[in-house]
Amino acid sequence: MTTATDYEPVIGLEIHVQLKTATKMFCGCALGFGEPPNTRTCPVCLGLPGALPVANAQAVHFGLMIGMALGCELDSRSIFHRKNYFYPDLPKGYQISQFDEPLCSGGELGGVRITRVHLEEDAAKTIHAGTSGRIDGSSHSVVDFNRGGTPLAEIVTEPDVRSAEQAGEFLRLLRATLRAIGVSDVDMSQGSLRCDANISIRPVGATGLGTKTELKNMNSFRFIEQGIRAEVSRQEGLLRAGQVVEQETLHFDPRTEKLTSMRSKEEAHDYRYFPEPDLTPVTITQAMLDRAKAALPELPAARAERFEGLGLHPDTAKLFAWRGELGDYFEAALEAGSGLDAPLVANWLSNELLQRLDADADPAASNVPPGSLAALVGLLLSKAVTAAGAKQVLDRLVEQGGDPAAVVESEGLGAVGGEDTLAPIVESALAANPDIAERLRTGDMKPMGVIIGHVMKETKGRADGQEVTRLVRSSLGL
Amino acid sequence: MIDREQVLHVARLARLELSDEEVGRASGELSKILDHIETIGELDLAGVTPTAHVVEVDSALRDDVPHESLPRDVALAQAPDVADDGFRVPSPQA
Amino acid sequence: MSAGGLTDLTATQAIAAIDAGELDPAELFEHYRARSAADDLGALGWVAERPPEDLAALRDRPLRGLPLAVKDLFCTEGVPSQAGSKLLEGYRPPYTATVVEQLAAAGSALLSKTHQDEFAMGSSTENCAFGPTLNPWDRTRVPGGSSGGSAAAVAAGLAPWALGTDTGGSIRQPAALCGIVGLKPTYGSVSRYGMIAFASSLDQAGPFARNVTDCALLWSHMHGRDPRDATSVGQPTPTVMPTARSLEGITLGVPADVDGDGIEPGVRAAFDAALETAKGLGARIERIELPHARYGIAAYYVLAPAEASSNLSRFDGVRYGARVDAPDLVGMYTKTRHDGFGPEVKRRILIGTYALSSGYYDAYYASAQKVRTLIAHDMKAAFDSVDLIVSPTSPGVAFPLGSKIDDPLSMYLEDAFTVPYSLAGVPAISIPCGLSEGLPVGLQLAGPAFSENRILDAAFALEGAFGFDSSAALSATGGAS
Ligand SMILES: [Mg+2]
Ligand SMILES: [Zn+2]
Repeated sequence: MTTATDYEPVIGLEIHVQLKTATKMFCGCALGFGEPPNTRTCPVCLGLPGALPVANAQAVHFGLMIGMALGCELDSRSIFHRKNYFYPDLPKGYQISQFDEPLCSGGELGGVRITRVHLEEDAAKTIHAGTSGRIDGSSHSVVDFNRGGTPLAEIVTEPDVRSAEQAGEFLRLLRATLRAIGVSDVDMSQGSLRCDANISIRPVGATGLGTKTELKNMNSFRFIEQGIRAEVSRQEGLLRAGQVVEQETLHFDPRTEKLTSMRSKEEAHDYRYFPEPDLTPVTITQAMLDRAKAALPELPAARAERFEGLGLHPDTAKLFAWRGELGDYFEAALEAGSGLDAPLVANWLSNELLQRLDADADPAASNVPPGSLAALVGLLLSKAVTAAGAKQVLDRLVEQGGDPAAVVESEGLGAVGGEDTLAPIVESALAANPDIAERLRTGDMKPMGVIIGHVMKETKGRADGQEVTRLVRSSLGL
Repeated sequence: MIDREQVLHVARLARLELSDEEVGRASGELSKILDHIETIGELDLAGVTPTAHVVEVDSALRDDVPHESLPRDVALAQAPDVADDGFRVPSPQA
Repeated sequence: MSAGGLTDLTATQAIAAIDAGELDPAELFEHYRARSAADDLGALGWVAERPPEDLAALRDRPLRGLPLAVKDLFCTEGVPSQAGSKLLEGYRPPYTATVVEQLAAAGSALLSKTHQDEFAMGSSTENCAFGPTLNPWDRTRVPGGSSGGSAAAVAAGLAPWALGTDTGGSIRQPAALCGIVGLKPTYGSVSRYGMIAFASSLDQAGPFARNVTDCALLWSHMHGRDPRDATSVGQPTPTVMPTARSLEGITLGVPADVDGDGIEPGVRAAFDAALETAKGLGARIERIELPHARYGIAAYYVLAPAEASSNLSRFDGVRYGARVDAPDLVGMYTKTRHDGFGPEVKRRILIGTYALSSGYYDAYYASAQKVRTLIAHDMKAAFDSVDLIVSPTSPGVAFPLGSKIDDPLSMYLEDAFTVPYSLAGVPAISIPCGLSEGLPVGLQLAGPAFSENRILDAAFALEGAFGFDSSAALSATGGAS
């Protein structure tokens, strides 16, 4: 019998990001956010006869920041092209985009090479009659040009991604990075981050590329991973059955988990790119580069490394770096307390505080500001409270806030330690269990737990087990 | 030389319906015009940089400052078919 | 002052009369409004029914409320702006072109919109969805184009002056064929915002007037950098009103290709006579070579249609303009564009789409852009040795209606002398220099970028010496006079 060939996916990603400018890419209309339809338009973004585009300086600035964040080369000159095709959401019959002289080219993020980053204008919104929202089946569509002309950065990767999981991982890092530099809301559900995937498979070890299909517009990381998995297995199925993969554009429906071809009736596209004669080349000056560089904060990838350097577990480091608000909270807590142990603070943030909050909640907005958590960890380190006690304190803090030390006081959760307080309790425990005491005295340490348990019961768990053991030994003269 | 097939392909790209008679005429006229255009072929253009803009203007960029948008009734005033405060078109896939 | 007298006044004279209190802008506007309403040349589309409300205020501005005829492709808020196209019949834009706003701010009063070849594609104004315009010198002939309506209106005294646009000769050639003055400015001098585009990298707005002085006056209020047009740069220096009486110290270059056979004998003779006059004014005449100029038409008929094919994609029946309904989107597009566009526009959309389509881009578009570079270099080199280049504006005089409409290439070759300067983006003027078979012959003067003042000054000196008489056309209309 023959063994079936193993295939490996070869995946490239195309990400469209809506930039957080005040106005559109080529006109002064304010960006639309759910206003009534067609209330954010002007002669330029409606493509009226005679209207001309003028590029938005802030969009260019954001584009340069993205290029820098992705380690791209920034050319001193960049030009816009016209991409010609007819569609109702494209008012001029062409999209102003970039072609062979993009703003940024060649970069890398999370081990995936970036081919290019270019600027373009978003299409308008076409609302398809009928509630399904699906294109087919509705006889008419209505176009709302509020979104038309919103600045987009298109980020294209090399086909370096080898699995659905890696795609998801890369996109999460990209989103964290774009959010950190503040150029976009990067909210997939709102469409400010959109992803297409070019997918092909090839026998493991092969170097050539198979026929690729394009998986369009998936609006959540989970769907992207599901969609890629579905498409990869579809292609494997075809090849194993001796069939061929057809180059086409596919739509993944997460509800049915089905892939449907979006190939339109028209002939293959011929976009007839040519340099946009209404716009002159964008010259990137040193001043523009300096301004973009100055605007860049520490990037998530670098921050994660720094956190690992503090002794944090890689997963925790990544969690704090990619969810910037957690990193900020963590660093604020370290600041607040002196001589705090970073991994311990991280542990109390990720494994204790976050578990007590809703998913994705910003702890800084909770009843437990960084200073409180720092104070609590401080009490723990000074043995003023036991781990068990500290967890009870945290429960109170999450509920009603307040000063940890005060809570320890009021709730009487302080650690019970020191000869004078603990010794009598140990004595009474021994007295209450003469037979156990006898066995201990003869060197049988097994039932020590019984005594400790007794003491813990008496102290509501606020005693230190080791201290108890020490007192038992000394009291029995061991 | 441009034949009927090419004329039809180009017309499809340009979203132009052409009658049979128009296709025939176009292929004749365009071929004649293209013959003249192809005299460019006599020139050696190797190493010549193409001119897209005759005036050199650097980055005529716009400050990111909002302006008034058009009132919706004005935006829609010239539209052939208005529905639901938008521009109505036959469904792309209908 | 008699009505006929009013028509005879040049714009500059009318302003003087207003300042002298002998003429009321309202009276002048009404005079031209009445003549325009009686237009029987087919030069005009929309004509104002009354003077603008603010005419009194305009009176205090430099242009004193003088009426202005505007080519139909300039957007004018609330006023039909149809670019000669059936597809835009009745289209009233919600905004006004920058240059029209500028002229209003300078005191112009919008009088009329003039007919043109559809989307400025043509050299005869026969490609106008609203009928052809007749040449006031001979109603069996064309006024030239594409700005034929503006040229005919000024020549026939339907307006003291007018706005046109020039992409490959669309101001200069009709000015020549109608015996008036037309200036095609340096590319980038005048804002294109609100000008319905034909070929974005070539289109420029310019003035038509009955003489060089009026032309310079209107021009002086047209140029300027417009933040709404990224390709506009304005002019480095203000316009200086022309005063030259001689051409002492001026060298005029004559391109070798004017010796070619394409040129009519009568035009040739008038041109030679004009050169003699120039010599008499003290000019030096020098033969020059523009080695690549003869590839101008070939390059132009790639670049202009390519840009046009894209510029006209917005006419899709969705947001404005005529729509032909169909159950499916592609059907709506293709029928709307089939019925809305005339034959010449379709022809150029096809050429341009073909030239940009995959597999042909390098052979056509990229090569044409390189020819453009070579022609621009030719000009630079020429202007190192001469101050201005002179040639006939057009190889022939006004031709009979219908004589070229079925032969696109011969129509295109009308622009052989004007297109190279358009490709180079340099300024050129056409002034009447004489008659051939009783029809005007135009002389083209071209200069380096931003040399409009030099061109206007030389044109003024020549105009004085030519003593061209345009009265024949002025009295040609049935318009009240
Ligand atoms: Mg894109
Ligand atoms: Zn807008």
